[in-house]
Amino acid sequence: MLGLSTPSGFVRFAKAVSPWLWVASALLIGGGLYFALLVSPADYQQGQTVRIMYIHVPSAWLGMMGYSVMALSSAAALIWKNPLADLVAKASAPVGACFTFLCLATGSLWGKPMWGTWWAWDARLTSMLILLFLYFGYIALQNAFDDPGRGARAAAILALAGFVNVPVIKFSVDWWKTLHQPASLMKMSGPALHPSMLTPLLLMVAGFTCFYVAVLMVRVRSEILAAKIRALRLSEIHSVQAAGVADGVAG
Amino acid sequence: MNRLFEIIRRDLRLALRQGSDSVMVVTFFVLTVILFPFGIGPEANILERVSPGVLWVTALLASMLSLDRLFQADYEDGSLELLALTPTALEVLVIGKVAAHWLTTGLPLMVAAPVLAVLLHMNADGFLALLATMLIGTPILSLIGAMGAALVLGARRGGVLLSLLVLPLYIPVLIFGVGAIDAAIQGLETGAQLLLMGGILLAALPLAPLAAAAAVRQARE
Amino acid sequence: MVIYYPYRAQGRSRDAPAVFPKSCFPLARAVVLLWCRAMTNGMSSHTFTGEKLVCIRGERVVFSGLGFHLAAGEALLLLGPNGSGKSSLLRLMAGLLKPASGRLAWGGDPVADDREAHAARVHYVGHHDAIKPVLSVFENLRFWARLHDPASGAGLARAARDRMGLARLADVPGKLLSAGQKRRLNLARLLAAPATLWLLDEPSVALDRQSVKVLEAVIAEHRAAGGMVALSTHADVDLPGARELHLDHFAVAPEAAMGVWG
Repeated sequence: MLGLSTPSGFVRFAKAVSPWLWVASALLIGGGLYFALLVSPADYQQGQTVRIMYIHVPSAWLGMMGYSVMALSSAAALIWKNPLADLVAKASAPVGACFTFLCLATGSLWGKPMWGTWWAWDARLTSMLILLFLYFGYIALQNAFDDPGRGARAAAILALAGFVNVPVIKFSVDWWKTLHQPASLMKMSGPALHPSMLTPLLLMVAGFTCFYVAVLMVRVRSEILAAKIRALRLSEIHSVQAAGVADGVAG
Repeated sequence: MNRLFEIIRRDLRLALRQGSDSVMVVTFFVLTVILFPFGIGPEANILERVSPGVLWVTALLASMLSLDRLFQADYEDGSLELLALTPTALEVLVIGKVAAHWLTTGLPLMVAAPVLAVLLHMNADGFLALLATMLIGTPILSLIGAMGAALVLGARRGGVLLSLLVLPLYIPVLIFGVGAIDAAIQGLETGAQLLLMGGILLAALPLAPLAAAAAVRQARE
Repeated sequence: MVIYYPYRAQGRSRDAPAVFPKSCFPLARAVVLLWCRAMTNGMSSHTFTGEKLVCIRGERVVFSGLGFHLAAGEALLLLGPNGSGKSSLLRLMAGLLKPASGRLAWGGDPVADDREAHAARVHYVGHHDAIKPVLSVFENLRFWARLHDPASGAGLARAARDRMGLARLADVPGKLLSAGQKRRLNLARLLAAPATLWLLDEPSVALDRQSVKVLEAVIAEHRAAGGMVALSTHADVDLPGARELHLDHFAVAPEAAMGVWG
């Protein structure tokens, strides 16, 4: 498939596609912001603060998508032993974690005017908080080994285990929430969102996604370079060692 | 099957001879629970209100405390390589080790929990639910914990890392465990929570050893 | 107490490649391979072969294009400087590592197809002795013997213990053993539960001369009974008629060692 599964094929593809992705994300986010901040109306209940939604919702979406990309490429790495899939998973984790954090931060900012507090144990926010810690665990495990290959394999198993657990955690948190607290003030009316709000939201989601993919490509390319450097160093050490042994014998 | 019992027997014998793990886990459990009255005050009604949560959170932490020895000792002295070369599925051996871990930590925690519940003035209606959730819940902790313990083999700062990996995955057990006890105290049905926990146990029983065995395999490379 | 076991006469020609000059090696190997295939077709004795094996460790290609051949009664001596992949090759043979490419076969069937069957016919002795400090010598030995083969009797374990000169230490906990005693206990596993293929990674480390002699005798007996041995060593372990495999011949040039990242 386009030779995408090899590092060199990926680099060629990424070089060709990246500029377009950057342009697309700039246009989409620019357009989305224009509609979100200037065109769309303020909410009759929430006032101007509803505009936080245009950052909050795409961040939440990408936080979850980042984890899914991570888990799926981890599965690919474990099943087909594809070295590139490992790098995609590794590259996706910090980006996804950043979006998850952005989602939590904007949620907190939104919560202050809405709920009168910076943090409420809202089911959605709580799930995102746990997701953030799943990301942290993944990133920490990946960096905890001297051999990057081992870190990648261990983290891949963890990503899959986490992926299986995410629905269970989500369900249990929803269940816990309904048990302990009355329904929160915030009502996301879902599909009934007015088109004047839906348009900028969709534009922002599309723009954020393009941005995510573009950043992912940059990160994967730099990971490929890093792996090359490591391999070069190792082969150098090896040849130096071999030369040293030969010298010792000759001497 | 013989090999499964062989490894359970050996791990139990090791735990018995080394002696410290079970005692340490229970001591930690008791000591941490005793800290709570000092932290939040000795009023019976407050302690009663928080007792299910305190017991379960502390049980989670206590069970986690013993996890890093689950595979680490075998990893360091080369036993894990030989275990992986045993002519049987590595998953079976992992199940054996998990069973031994539960017998030496989960079971003592379960025995200690009602005593501590008395100290925290827990309502007598909650005792049965406490025991039932501990019975279903602590094996899940051992299973998920075994996966985490296998993943951090050979890692730097494995112990701290282990808690970061495992604690988020423990959250559903905590929620349903405390939920069942709360429901029992309020005179409600506990069947739903116990069934949900049972479901998690049934799912973890094959999946966690699978993941742990995969982690052990990649650790010995 | 020196127990000397004379090597039994062996009716097999084991050293076919060694009689050829080195340049003939691939040709000779091919001839031997064909010959062995033909001979073992209808016989119960097995062969253990590796073809075109590539080993990658930590993103570095350790060796590539490596092949070997072991038939019943044969021994393979792995030679090469540090880092040339002797331990890695033994771990590949055991199934602890997977080759990046290439094929390991037992009697023609790929080893990867049935890992448990392969584990049942392999004994691996690595750098670590896998001895629990709180279990006694005999408990340690018995555990590994029964794990390898649940039907293995206590008599065999006792004989193995005595053979390795551990009779008087039977009830001593593992933590009190010296390095050499631990190594002997680890080697006693070889005899406590039978397996055809012995993979020994520097087995003579920490052993005194007398114990090395015992080890040599045990290996000779194992081969006489149709067993196979692959062994890496820096010291002198006498393996009469063993083939030598020089791992540095299969090292790769630094540029090629970069693997997929090149």
